[in-house]
Amino acid sequence: MVLSLTLISLGAAAALGYVYEFTKGPIEISLLNKKLDAIKQVVPGFDNDPNAEMFLLPTGEGDSLEVYPARKGDEVVGYALRSYTEKGFSGHIGMMVGFTPDGAIYNINILEHKETPGLGTKLVPEGTPENPAFKDQFRGKNPAEFPLKVKKDGGPVDAITAATISSRAFCDGVQRAYNTFEKGGLK
Amino acid sequence: MNQMKNFSKGFLKENPILVLVLGTCPALATTSSALNGLGMGLATTFVLLGSNVFIALLKNAIPDKVRIPAFIIVIATFVTIVDLVMQAYVPSLYATLGIFIPLIVVNCIVLGRAEAFASKNSVWSSFVDGAGMGLGFTLALGVLGAVREILGSGSIMGYKFIDGDGILVFVLAPGAFIALGYMIAITYRINKT
Repeated sequence: MVLSLTLISLGAAAALGYVYEFTKGPIEISLLNKKLDAIKQVVPGFDNDPNAEMFLLPTGEGDSLEVYPARKGDEVVGYALRSYTEKGFSGHIGMMVGFTPDGAIYNINILEHKETPGLGTKLVPEGTPENPAFKDQFRGKNPAEFPLKVKKDGGPVDAITAATISSRAFCDGVQRAYNTFEKGGLK
Repeated sequence: MNQMKNFSKGFLKENPILVLVLGTCPALATTSSALNGLGMGLATTFVLLGSNVFIALLKNAIPDKVRIPAFIIVIATFVTIVDLVMQAYVPSLYATLGIFIPLIVVNCIVLGRAEAFASKNSVWSSFVDGAGMGLGFTLALGVLGAVREILGSGSIMGYKFIDGDGILVFVLAPGAFIALGYMIAITYRINKT
C-alpha cells in the first residue's frame, strides 16, 4: 500500500519535474513579452531596454512601484510605472501608467483585474478616434491640472455607466503612479 | 462493450454537464465566451484522457484502500502539466481561465470517471470513455459559451456582429444558470425520443 503510493508519487514528481524544466523558458519569455508590450503601449517609441533599466521608487505609502524609463537615443521620452489599486469592485487591479517627462499621462494599460464582465471590464479596451474608450479621456492630461476624480466626486472624469467603483479605482491607481512620479528621484 | 456506444454516450445520453450535471462550477464560470468554454473543455478533455488511461493501466497495482489518493495524484499531475503548458504557449487563454485550470483537479467528472469507469475497465475502453466524456463536456461548454456570448455581448468567437451591448445578464452568473437550464431541458427532450 505504502509502496504503491510512493511509486505513483515518484512517477508523478518525475513527470512534473520534466515538464517544469521544459516550460520554464517559454513561461519566462511570455511573461516578459507581456510586460514589454504593456510598456510599449503606454510610452512613446523608444529604443532602449526599459526592463533592464527598471528601478524602484517609493510611493510614500510604505511600498514602492517599478519604474521603466523609456529612452530614444540619450533622451528620455517617457516613464512607465507599474501601479495598482486595491479599490476595484473585486479588489486588486494592476496597471501600467505611462508619463511623458513633463508629467502628462501618455497612456494606461490594465495588466490584471477581476472586475465584472461587461461593466468594469470597460476599463480595458483601447478606443478609436470615432469611438473613444474610457481611458482615452486621460491621455495627454497632466494630473496637476486634471484632478483624477469621477464627476460624482466633483472631478472631471466621466465614469463608466454602472461601474463607478471600477472607474474610481482606476483613478486611484493612476493617482498612485502620479504621486510616485511627481515626488522625483527619476533616473 | 460496443466502443462506438461507449464513445457517443458522453455527448447526449450521459453528457457530463447536461445529464449528469457534474462539474458545473467551471462550466458556469468559464463560459462567458465560446472560446473560453472550448479552451476549458479541451483542457479538461486532456486531463480526462490522461487520467483515465493511467488509472486503467495502474488499476491492478493500486490497493483498494488508497485508490482515491492515488487517483488524485495522477489527476493532479495531468492538471499541473496542462497548467504549465498553457502558461508557456497560450498565455492569453491562461489569463482568462486562470484559477479554473488548477481546479480541474477537484472536478467531479474527472474523479467520477476514474472511480466509476477507468478503475473497472480496460485501457482502450477507458481511453474511449475519456475521449467521449471530454468531448461531450467540451461540446456542452462550447455551446453554452456561444449562447452566452451571442446574447450577452452580441459577438461570436470574439467577432462582433451587433453594435453596442447585448443582454448583460447573460455574461454574468445568473444568465449562465438560465442558459444552462434551457440546454438541460432541450437535452432531456432529445433523449426522451
